This record gives sequence, C-alpha cells and structure tokens, in this order.
Amino acid sequence: MKTNLKFRRVAAIGAGMTPFRRRMLETPQEMAWEASRRALDEAGLELRDIDCVVIGSAPDAFDGVHMKGEYLAHGAGGVMRPSSRVYVGGATGVMTAIAGWYHVASGMCKKVLAVAEEKMSTGRPHPQAVFRYIWDPITEKPLNPNLIWIFAMEMHRYMFVNKVSKEEIALVSVKNKRNAASNPYAQLGGEITVDDVLRSEVLVWPVQLLDVSPVSDGAAAMVFVDGDIARRYTDTPIWVEGVGWTLDNTSWPNRELAYPRYLENAARMAYRMAGIERPQKEIDVVEPYDPFDYKELHHLEGLMLAKRGEAPLLLKEGFFDKDGDIPSSPSGGLLGVGNPIAAAGLMKVISIYWQLKGTAGKMQVKRPVHTGVAQAWGDLMQASTVMVMRN
Amino acid sequence: MVHPLKEEELKEHVTISYKPQAKYSYTAGQALSTFLRGLREGKILGRKCPRCGRVYVPPRMYCEDCFYPTSQWVEVKDEGVVMTAVASFISWTRDRLEEPEIVGTIRLFPSSPRDYVYPGLFHRICCSYEDVKSMTIMGKTVRARWRPAEKRTGSIDDIECFEVV
Ligand SMILES: [Zn+2]
Repeated sequence: MKTNLKFRRVAAIGAGMTPFRRRMLETPQEMAWEASRRALDEAGLELRDIDCVVIGSAPDAFDGVHMKGEYLAHGAGGVMRPSSRVYVGGATGVMTAIAGWYHVASGMCKKVLAVAEEKMSTGRPHPQAVFRYIWDPITEKPLNPNLIWIFAMEMHRYMFVNKVSKEEIALVSVKNKRNAASNPYAQLGGEITVDDVLRSEVLVWPVQLLDVSPVSDGAAAMVFVDGDIARRYTDTPIWVEGVGWTLDNTSWPNRELAYPRYLENAARMAYRMAGIERPQKEIDVVEPYDPFDYKELHHLEGLMLAKRGEAPLLLKEGFFDKDGDIPSSPSGGLLGVGNPIAAAGLMKVISIYWQLKGTAGKMQVKRPVHTGVAQAWGDLMQASTVMVMRN
Repeated sequence: MVHPLKEEELKEHVTISYKPQAKYSYTAGQALSTFLRGLREGKILGRKCPRCGRVYVPPRMYCEDCFYPTSQWVEVKDEGVVMTAVASFISWTRDRLEEPEIVGTIRLFPSSPRDYVYPGLFHRICCSYEDVKSMTIMGKTVRARWRPAEKRTGSIDDIECFEVV
C-alpha cells in the first residue's frame, strides 16, 4: 500500500561528519564547516550548487550562544540563500534530515545541504546544569530536577511494567560500544561487559554511568537532491521513502511512560509513506536513538520492530546484533559514537545512508540491506522523528 | 572508559570563560495560580474538560485534545499510586549527593490503572533507596505529606513529599 502522495522524489547523495569528541578545540562554526565540506565532497558538489540550507541544533544553551541557526549559518553554507533552523530537542538531528527532505519534496529547492551541530562540553562545570531550564518553572523546577531524573523515571517504569532487569538493559550498552569500535568517528567504542555497566557509578537509580551516552562535541551534514537529477551526481543515490514526526505533550507526569506512543505515531506516518506494512519483516537495518541503553529497547518497540516488552528478549537472542536479523545501531549509536545532540541524530541518518550505499566500511552489516530506518527522540520524553530510506 | 579532562588540561589551550547573569520572573498564569492557592489550603485542584471528561492535574485552561476551554474546577484526592520512582545521587549541577533524593510520578485518584493519561504529579517520595531499588514502592498507594498550614506559600513545595499510606 503506497499512499498517493504528490511529493517530488528525494535522494541523499552525500554525507559527512566530524569525529565526536569531548571538548573539541574547533568552534561550532568550524565543526559545521568541516562536516558540510565533507558532505559536499562526497556529493561532488560545490557550495554554489546548493539552493537551500537547513540547520539543526538542540538547546542554544549548550553552545552558550543564542540564535544558533544564525550563528552557524556561515559555517553551514547558509549565507545569502534560503536558510532555516529546526529544533525539537533530541529529535532535532533526524528532523534536520526531514526538513532537508521537505525542502526538496515540495519542489521548493533542488539541492539542499542539511547540517546539524552541537557542542555540549562548553557548559561548565557540567552541561547538566543547562538542562535546568527545560522544566516547567512552576510545577517542576522548585524540586531542583536534573535531566537524568526523567529518563531514570521512564527507565524504571519500563522495567517495572515489562519485568525487565538491569542486566538485560546493559546488553544494549555492551553491543553499541562494541559496534562503535569499528566506527572511525566514535568517542567511546570498546569492549565492555554487563558487569562493567552494573558496577559503574550510580547516577540516578536505575541509571548508572555506563547506561548513558557521553558528553560530546561534533557536527554532521547531508546533501539531499531532487530525484530527477540525483543520477547526474551518483550511481548510488539513496532514496528517502518515508518521514514521520510527532510531538506529545510535556506533561510526562500525566501519562504512561512504559511505551512511547509519540514514536509509534511518527513511525506509522513514515511507514505509511514508504508502503511498509510489516516493519519487522520489511526493515533490514535500524538506527534507533540511544542516549540511554533502555531507550534503544523502548524505541525498537515504538518502531514496532518488537512487541511491547519483547525487545530485551530479542536482543538477548542476538536478533539486533550486527549479524542478526535486524542489526540495530551498527554505527555504535550515541552510547558508543557519542552524543552531540543534534549531530548525533543526523549521524543516525548518515549511518543508515552509508549502510544502504554499502560504504559503511568496517561498520557494514554482513547481509545485504535495502530498507533502513533512522530515528531520534527528545525534549521531555515527547518528540520523535523517523526516516525510512531505501537503495 | 571515562577520562574527564582536568582543569589544568583545559588551560593548555586558549579558552574564554563567561558566566551569564540571567534572572527570570515567571507568571503562573490563570490555571496554575488557582492551583497554587489550592495547595496553600491543602487541596489539589484540577480542571475538567466538558467534552471528553479528562481531568487535568496540574490544571490547564484548555483541553489539548478537544482544544476547548476546560470549564470546571474539580478537587482530586491528595492520594494516588506510585507509577515510577528513582533515587538520585547527583544534584542538578552533577555534584555527588551523600543521601539520595527520591522522586517519582504519582497517578492521583480518582483515576483508573487503564488510563494512558491521568491527573498526576511529579514529586518527592518519602521512602528508602531500598524501596526504590527493589521496586516495592512502585504501585503502592501514597498520600501527600503537607507542610504545616502556616508554612505553606502557594508552591509545589507545600507538599513535602508523598508517603505510603
Ligand atoms: Zn477534552
């Protein structure tokens, strides 16, 4: 079932990233430029060929500069052309790709550069303090919350409702850091064990240090072009087949946290557009957003790649391993590659793009892949963005 | 796995330090002002949507689904079920805490376990780290422990915490 959408077809033809590291010495604009230049090079384009620019970045407060879109514009190639900035918290990275897509799909632009950047380590002594300003000032802030509280609350609810153990969840961290060891851009790749996770510092029970992605700086960029001209630039365009995005409310104390209904809605939108009826059968590789290890499981369920509460079991059976039925986060995800928020989301799309193009190098999954899904999520457990791509 | 840079290492490079001076006065608005006055009197007040019947706690002047004005104030119980609870060993600046701070969300009565959305609050829960770790606090019925009436200021802090009934 393919819906009768009157969009122009859109292809990705280039991508680039900086390495993800803590406390990069480059400025945000320098990082944006580096990622953009690499994406243009892979696409075989010059900046003068680009019609429109989309910039994504999460809270301004991280880089310590307001008006992040304008601030990044010259590093992102956005000067003197239609440029816009998107922001939906942690979901921003995939939203940047989606916005790149709709600039082309609408017929408005033929070649779009989509750039996402974040420099989290600027905030001192810890970027954690910056998150104080995302809570409701009247009903929540007086309790002195820190960001990890809400995710710990969601994680514990997920564990309670689905009877999932810490050991089962830690396997995500083990898998992703192992996958990241093959990723040249990664900050935290390596071999760890479930025990390492369980013995790491308790931050907010049930969240421990190795359950969380690190503080990172980095940038990522992609080039999206009109389908009619894609083959002029490459023999292997990767097609954007479906996009979806949803916002739930910020009233997370007033709803069931065990299941992400906002993601299911976003996924249904993207799958409908891509003509996907049985996600578990039709999707070959997935990059779900994993700033915390439980989030990957939560998201695999929201993406309907596992039934509710079933993701931990499938993970344990190797279903989501790099050589499993649906490799999940073969890049190493945020847990392994790093988490410069908006850039991390676009990294997820780039990872799928490279997998489908067959240029993922040591990250390349073994079996042939034709349909991939990238997803991001953010804010106060309420924003989700999904992109389906095919080769 | 984790190698935080030391302050000295950061000084090896040219860096600029800046400390923002930002102060805010937030308005509580129409619904939350009444809600806060209710707390001062030891009541938890919500707004009810006349179209779908949903009760909003904390209250809203409009229903987000129907996009209609909520028309009626209702008082819910200061009692409910612990949906989730966590124990924080770090402060909001990520300093280490000796004693964990325990917080969670409470689904307030009247409501049903089948509800995906419900009247509820995010607050401190008076229980031990062990209760959180073993999950025995989850699903327990708790009640607000109010501060003494003369000490209430019209704030979410007028409730000290929620404790097991
Ligand atoms: Zn309503």
